[in-house]
Amino acid sequence: MNRLIFERSRTGRVSAQLAPAGAVVDDIPPALLRAAPPPLPEAAELDVVRHYTRLSQKNFSIDTQFYPLGSCTMKYNPRAANALAMLPEFLAHHPLAPEATGQGLLACLHELQEILCEVSGMAGVSLAPMAGAQGEFAGVAMIRAWHRSRGDHARSEIIVPDAAHGTNPATATMCGYAVREVPTDRSGNVDLDRLRAAVGPQTAGLMLTNPSTLGVFEQRILDIRDIVHGAGGLLYYDGANLNAIVGKVKPGAMGFDVIHMNLHKTFSTPHGGGGPGAGPVGVAERLLPFLPIPMVACEAGSDGRGTYRWLTEADRPQSIGRLSAFMGNVGVLLRAYVYARMLGRKGMARVAEFATLNANYLMVELARAGFDLAYPARRASHEFIVTLKRLKDETGVSAMDFAKRLLDKGVHAPTTYFPLLVPECLLIEPTETESKETLDAFVAAMKAVLEEARTQPDLVKSAPHTMPVRRLDDVRAARELDVVWKKSTRT
Amino acid sequence: MKIARDLKYAQTHEWARAEADGSVVVGITDHAQELLGDLVYVELPQVGKVYAKGQECGVVESVKAASDIYAPVAGEVIAVNDELGASPEKINEDAYAAWIFRLRPSAPDELNALMDAAAYEGMVSAEPG
Amino acid sequence: MLDAAGVGGIDALFDEIPAQLKQVRLERVPEALNEMQVTRLLQERAAQDGRWSSFIGAGAYEHYIPAAVWQLVTRGEFYSAYTPYQAEASQGTLQLLYEYQSMIAGLTGLDAANASLYDGASALAEAILMAVRLHKSSRRILLPANLHPHYAAVARALTSSQGVELIELSYDSRRGTITPDALPLDGAAALVIAQPNAFGGLEDVHALTDRAHAHGVLVIAVVNPVSLGLLNAPGEWGTQGADIAVGEGQPLGVPLSGGGPYFGFMTCKAAHIRQMPGRIAGRTVDLDGTPGFTLTLQAREQHIRRSKATSNICTNQGLAVTAATIHMALLGPAGLQRVAQTCHANLLALLERLQPLGVRPRFSASCFHEVVIDVGAPAPAVLAAMRAQGVLGGFDLGQWSPELSSSLLVCVTETKTMADLDHYAQALAAALSGRSSQERAS
Repeated sequence: MNRLIFERSRTGRVSAQLAPAGAVVDDIPPALLRAAPPPLPEAAELDVVRHYTRLSQKNFSIDTQFYPLGSCTMKYNPRAANALAMLPEFLAHHPLAPEATGQGLLACLHELQEILCEVSGMAGVSLAPMAGAQGEFAGVAMIRAWHRSRGDHARSEIIVPDAAHGTNPATATMCGYAVREVPTDRSGNVDLDRLRAAVGPQTAGLMLTNPSTLGVFEQRILDIRDIVHGAGGLLYYDGANLNAIVGKVKPGAMGFDVIHMNLHKTFSTPHGGGGPGAGPVGVAERLLPFLPIPMVACEAGSDGRGTYRWLTEADRPQSIGRLSAFMGNVGVLLRAYVYARMLGRKGMARVAEFATLNANYLMVELARAGFDLAYPARRASHEFIVTLKRLKDETGVSAMDFAKRLLDKGVHAPTTYFPLLVPECLLIEPTETESKETLDAFVAAMKAVLEEARTQPDLVKSAPHTMPVRRLDDVRAARELDVVWKKSTRT
Repeated sequence: MKIARDLKYAQTHEWARAEADGSVVVGITDHAQELLGDLVYVELPQVGKVYAKGQECGVVESVKAASDIYAPVAGEVIAVNDELGASPEKINEDAYAAWIFRLRPSAPDELNALMDAAAYEGMVSAEPG
Repeated sequence: MLDAAGVGGIDALFDEIPAQLKQVRLERVPEALNEMQVTRLLQERAAQDGRWSSFIGAGAYEHYIPAAVWQLVTRGEFYSAYTPYQAEASQGTLQLLYEYQSMIAGLTGLDAANASLYDGASALAEAILMAVRLHKSSRRILLPANLHPHYAAVARALTSSQGVELIELSYDSRRGTITPDALPLDGAAALVIAQPNAFGGLEDVHALTDRAHAHGVLVIAVVNPVSLGLLNAPGEWGTQGADIAVGEGQPLGVPLSGGGPYFGFMTCKAAHIRQMPGRIAGRTVDLDGTPGFTLTLQAREQHIRRSKATSNICTNQGLAVTAATIHMALLGPAGLQRVAQTCHANLLALLERLQPLGVRPRFSASCFHEVVIDVGAPAPAVLAAMRAQGVLGGFDLGQWSPELSSSLLVCVTETKTMADLDHYAQALAAALSGRSSQERAS
């Protein structure tokens, strides 16, 4: 472990002061003033720069490694998107500054709304949600608001397939709904008979990811639509896997009433070690009044040029309301806008094509290398599942061990133990931005670990061996919680 | 997997034991602790609270899973095993010694409706993989 | 690759999708621009928006950010890394989060912190849900009317489906603050205290905290992190300290950027940590006993606990928190103190310049770096006239409340020079005299 920045601290050492000393405060009641200075580290600028540069070097990242992390769409983040979102005028723009001083920024956001409407096939889009999970919240809250606006208070359940991301049931709970799970059949589709039995006057809606987290397209989506709509429920599209169909199929055409889109996946904004993301929501016509605020409107001016403004409570009285103090994650939205403009109409359709081609190529090559596919009879979407159940039974090497050993080969591990339905699974998503050479190198790394698992299982079980730390004691981390450094706990 | 012969079992993997004073002691089974792995936290029921049969009354948590504890019979909680607050691993060490709470049952007959050791063993061995 | 994948063409890869769904047109997506063209477009739009001398705060604050901060944040290894689920390959992010948690816990004077939430307003909503879980028997929350109205709106939007009852507390019309006497504390789960409040004013946090605790009511502090260079940490409020502290982290090294991305911070007393939502980094050891970092308490989170999770959140605002951590490390205790003191001193210096114009604070409570002034004329017209002189003179409070339609919320930070303050005073004087001459003319 690198020493903590606190352990590098030396009394009196300073870097940025950024403000003159000596301002005396005598007009605030002394009882409201801080008694001792805040316990922050004292370090020179070079100490700080070196410390955080070195920390960064302990990370895997897309810029340094292949990241076949299923369901996360770790594609390359174009540098232009970052540079242009950080133009000084955009960075200095205050969210409550007059709209007249932000027309350039608002134009970008309005065009992004239009682009997202078009690719999702929905009637309207709000950019407000700050992450996919907040988009889900907004979506389910709109479903609730719609039922209530029609005086239908009997709908108390959200249906979620058992393969769904954990955010789906967690979101339904946050919106005051009970969760009913429906199982998946052997081929990876939602079990339609069980779905028919599950719907009724209590059904508010169904949350569905398509292609599903099992890496396959839900073939009977139109039957699902009819079953849910027939019961008076609405259909929610979890856009986690939109990258698989963007430009090829519009969720609106599949009959979905609400969708959220993860811009940090499909629109290539950075994951940033865990955020910030953005999760715009789109809706069909009947849900338009409920979209979260603020939204950008374009009104034709007298000179024929559009004038942009934010829509608020006064414009949208039926809105589910505000999800953030200001305008959502604008800087992330700008990055997505730049990405979309650089892709353009034709490039947008190539995303799904190349992502799907890469996944299917990799799936076939891995099967040829001796890996078991969870759904061998199915076409891969932009991702697919390998199961290591047989390997575990034969050698004791688990999916976790396998993943850790891949780190030693210079590859970020695929998603492990998700979805929960497939034992010892690796969910693999190469994305469209990786070359054939990278995919072939990954196959070689997978083969090498497979061989090691058979010949030297202990080597794999004790992996990783080349990372800054070896496998960490999660149990100790949870039992002996140490989440905040204190001088007294200095080691 | 160990199954204690003299205990009663719920489908949700709690064990229950009738005490001489009429109270019922509850814990989770050895099979349950095996499935969960190393426990890191036990959320104990509130003493004095009355639970219905099958009602959620606590949580056992490992690093990879969290599972609700359900009251195997209805009744009022009269004691909890405070030792588990600091040492949840006691359940991993011996699931049948590390009791979680004690109930005063409101319908003592409910205990008879629970599975015996043989039935519980049959249920667990029928579980997939 | 198509051959290897066993298909004759790209279209065959999509053969499981019903044909009727594949008729896609993307007319509203414009044709592609290359990088040079898109750069030109965005530069033009940015130039159109221009640069202003801004005195708007109202929850988002202009501060100087040292150059090192974002140069480090945008290193590819931070910028393009994933959530640190594979701990061994993410020690950089994880150690940084642990350092962040330590800094923000220290700043707020509380024991534990998470790795951040989306923004200040959504962090308050999460704190309200957390307080309801902690309190167990009440779902009633007391929200002051001088809380930022968008915070109240977000709290309402995010908690209303869970049966949480939000009670508004009126403020004293002279002081602009909440009066500790006669609060409806009986039967409430938590009292929210904003310090400074949305008018920039300072509340009697000690009395409010003690009153709440005397009634078994939890205290949620909503604080500006930069103000904590000068003001009491929530952990020092009253005799026991606030139970949960949240706030907008943006002032710590995150640019205004049109409203986001920012980050919400949340800290709490040690006893409450298991009800805290969001990601938490923890220190542990590896197989060899070497210290290292990992995400911990994950069993509370949605990917394990699903419908029973503490929240559906599965992100922290990673890059914004990275910036804040580096920013706090560069400022250090003395730097943060100086920034806070200078903000406050600059506010007083501005008020001094406004006195000759007959413009005074509307409320009598002391302020940190933001104040409500009464300009005696409709705020929109005054602001428009100031804008014509390159000054964004503050926020029009008429947007929040009709009775404040001649009031501006004005913020001054350390970024303003005495010349900027002179310019403000001149612009306001001109706006007011221009107005009065217009009135005379009409």
